[in-house]
Amino acid sequence: MDTRTADEIQVPQQKASWTAFVKTHFRDYGMLLSLLVIMLFFQVVTDGTLLRPLNLTNLVLQNSYIVIMALGMLLVIVAGHIDLSVGSIVGFVGGLAAMMMVRWGFDPVTTTIACLIVGGMIGAAQGYWVAYFKVPSFIVTLAGMLVFKGLTLALLGGMSVGPFPVVFQRLSSGFIPDVFGGQGFNYTALFLGAASVAVIIYFSFRSRANQLKHAVETAPFGLFAFKNVLLALLVVAFCYLMATYRGLPNVLVIMAVLIALYAFVTNRTTIGRRIYALGGNEKAAKLSGIKTERLTFLTFVNMGVLAGLAGLIFAARLNTATPKAGLGFELDVIAAVFIGGASATGGVGKVTGAVIGAFVMGVMNNGMSILGIGIDYQQVIKGLVLLAAVSLDVYNRKK
Amino acid sequence: MNAILEMRGITKTFPGVKALDNVNITVKAGEIHALVGENGAGKSTLMKVLSGVYPHGSYSGEIRYDGEERRFSGIADSEKLGIIIIHQELALVPLLSIAENIFLGNEQAKYGVIDWSVAFARTKELLRLVGLKESPDELITNLGVGKQQLVEIAKALSKKVKLLILDEPTASLNEKDSDALLNLLLRFKEQGISSILISHKLNEISKVADFITVLRDGGTVETLDCRAEAVSEDRIIRGMVGRTMEDRYPKREPKIGETIFQVENWSAYHPLHNHVQVVKNVNLNIRRGEIVGIAGLMGAGRTEFAMSLFGRSYGQNISGRVTLHGKEIDVGTVEKAVSNGIAYATEDRKTYGLVLAEDIRKNVTLANLEGVSKRFVIDEIQELAVANDYRAKMRIRSPSVFQETVNLSGGNQQKVVLSKWLFSDPEILILDEPTRGIDVGAKYEIYTIINRLADAGKGVLMISSEMPELLGMCDRIYVMNEGSLIAELDIAEASQEKIMHAIVKSGRR
Repeated sequence: MDTRTADEIQVPQQKASWTAFVKTHFRDYGMLLSLLVIMLFFQVVTDGTLLRPLNLTNLVLQNSYIVIMALGMLLVIVAGHIDLSVGSIVGFVGGLAAMMMVRWGFDPVTTTIACLIVGGMIGAAQGYWVAYFKVPSFIVTLAGMLVFKGLTLALLGGMSVGPFPVVFQRLSSGFIPDVFGGQGFNYTALFLGAASVAVIIYFSFRSRANQLKHAVETAPFGLFAFKNVLLALLVVAFCYLMATYRGLPNVLVIMAVLIALYAFVTNRTTIGRRIYALGGNEKAAKLSGIKTERLTFLTFVNMGVLAGLAGLIFAARLNTATPKAGLGFELDVIAAVFIGGASATGGVGKVTGAVIGAFVMGVMNNGMSILGIGIDYQQVIKGLVLLAAVSLDVYNRKK
Repeated sequence: MNAILEMRGITKTFPGVKALDNVNITVKAGEIHALVGENGAGKSTLMKVLSGVYPHGSYSGEIRYDGEERRFSGIADSEKLGIIIIHQELALVPLLSIAENIFLGNEQAKYGVIDWSVAFARTKELLRLVGLKESPDELITNLGVGKQQLVEIAKALSKKVKLLILDEPTASLNEKDSDALLNLLLRFKEQGISSILISHKLNEISKVADFITVLRDGGTVETLDCRAEAVSEDRIIRGMVGRTMEDRYPKREPKIGETIFQVENWSAYHPLHNHVQVVKNVNLNIRRGEIVGIAGLMGAGRTEFAMSLFGRSYGQNISGRVTLHGKEIDVGTVEKAVSNGIAYATEDRKTYGLVLAEDIRKNVTLANLEGVSKRFVIDEIQELAVANDYRAKMRIRSPSVFQETVNLSGGNQQKVVLSKWLFSDPEILILDEPTRGIDVGAKYEIYTIINRLADAGKGVLMISSEMPELLGMCDRIYVMNEGSLIAELDIAEASQEKIMHAIVKSGRR
């Protein structure tokens, strides 16, 4: 095969101009921009309540399970499918965890591992029908939604089960302890924030240097610097605010690690690339030697595990498992992925988009609750935002 | 008798290709006019111009129908005047009844409420005219292809047809159904309905046609009168293929070695109808550095053969042996076929070849991601180098390898598909219609790439419906018809006449 190194290959250098670049990459930045605008809006109308450390912590805790499931849902939707059962899986796994720890006396670690496995098995059971029997995922997971909603009720006997051991509660309500022993200020939080900023900047500089070396189209330096500085400021400011309260929640760390992992998997690995190809053109992917059935199956297994994790986090947060837990979560998760720019026909979508989409929904929920808007109109507004976001996306793509 | 249809000086160009060049055809009232020509000669394009699929203004020339100049802007315009076209691919809704299909879009209704008794009565009458005894509420899916064809004709009759156009109506019919259909055309002729019949089956044409117009390379060659005395099939074939071979194929000195690839007794059945054998006991071989062609008409089973061979991507109950370099290899899945050195570049690059929403880079590496990754992690720089390399080698015209393939021209898309398969480093490359829908310049480039592959010691199996292309490129040609290889011709003895004769002869059995 070819033995030349990359830099021997001549490619015309492209001079990127600000306007041209912003135009072509509007979709990438547009999402983040709209999240910031929405946050700014609620910050103003709630007289600064939105970004108070306490509320910010709540925002993270309230949305962590949605964000985590959005990561799995993104893969499912990119592969050209949908999973309506995740809300019911959250409820079922939460209920199972409660029964195991409270009634059957298992320890939290065993329970957690068992519950994640059960989540994966539920995903496998559904993925099997979708991948190998070609039953539409909409139908299979609609059935799963009913089945597991019912099984949750049966498992819990219609009652709430709790409370949980303290160790398990920490999954949701715990914070990273301050190793520096600060009084009223969590230095560890600030340190972790600064460290992650350093890592992010190191990687973005490295990839830019690589891109420049190989004459890939890159963002103008001004924009690149602006983007990085802005991101650094946001992360540090966020960690500073959190530090003044109780530090970084455990679940935030879990979430951040998972986001980084899934961003890496989708962008840089062969399995990620194949999922996009599968969703973009299943026939072409198949004729290129990709095991499309197995890949579809695996995306559902993955979704099941993440829904199981979300179920554990949600149960730990409430410190009790209720038959109604997880009700309607699937809608928030799916909405987050679509607001984040994924295509309903598959093949298109980004992890960062899905995460931003989840926070757009989360911030609106939180902000409207602070404003005292009733649950009735909250839903109306969220529905309209979903429609507007996706219509705008479709319109942009047509141009 | 006066002419019902006159098309004069019709010229239609697509970007990069002149599909029709000053075509003239005259159809008199109450005659059966056959339109013949090779695949790609422009028959279907001409009929699309006539029916308004290509609206007035998108072509130049004049259409006179029923004594007036007509400027159709869509099919609805031409249908209103009684020009009905029945395509090769039937346009019936399988799960609706015969009556529902016949009046689809033309329902027997008042204020949107369908009067089923009228619809059924009229359907019965129409079915009687075409010789069908089925009940009007029978579902289309329960009918065989021959009867479906007749339902299409009944549907045309319901629209008060004056000029019926049939595009390869008997291609998928058995002899009995074909005869029934041809007799129907003769009956219509007596009633003053004119027909234009597009067909490859020259014996059928000789049987019913009054005139034969021959198209070649987008131009009218001649119109033959068959009323006075029969025109021989040889005479028609000469008109269809009688072109001088120009210098359209790059020169190559074949260096042919030992046999490297062998397929023995390969059979496959239709994926839905398990009693229909689509590929019948195919035996073929390819030698090192050889370009082998498979000629045949559309629907001969060539693509089905290639796809069943490539990881069982088509059909069921597939059987046969494949050997490469003397060893039997497993081609049971695409992955195994690829890793064993087989590649198949599809005839339908948009459906089976490319992920259109993704860029050139990602498409090029798709079949061999392992070649640019370490332990599941893609080395983006290496991937980029590979993509840039192929972009340069194959002369893919695009601003960069980050161009989405949906925005490329047909020729450049084809080069991306070829790049993908070259990067998987195959021993045997199967090319299915590698130059379909590509302009002449890009064709030459693709031919050059194919020659280079053969010179590098690979074996190339080339499926093409364009006979000149096979004759210009191949060292040996197999002819396929109805799922079987019916002839094997060395290039020295091969000619279009011989290929055509072989097909016509086997089709008559």
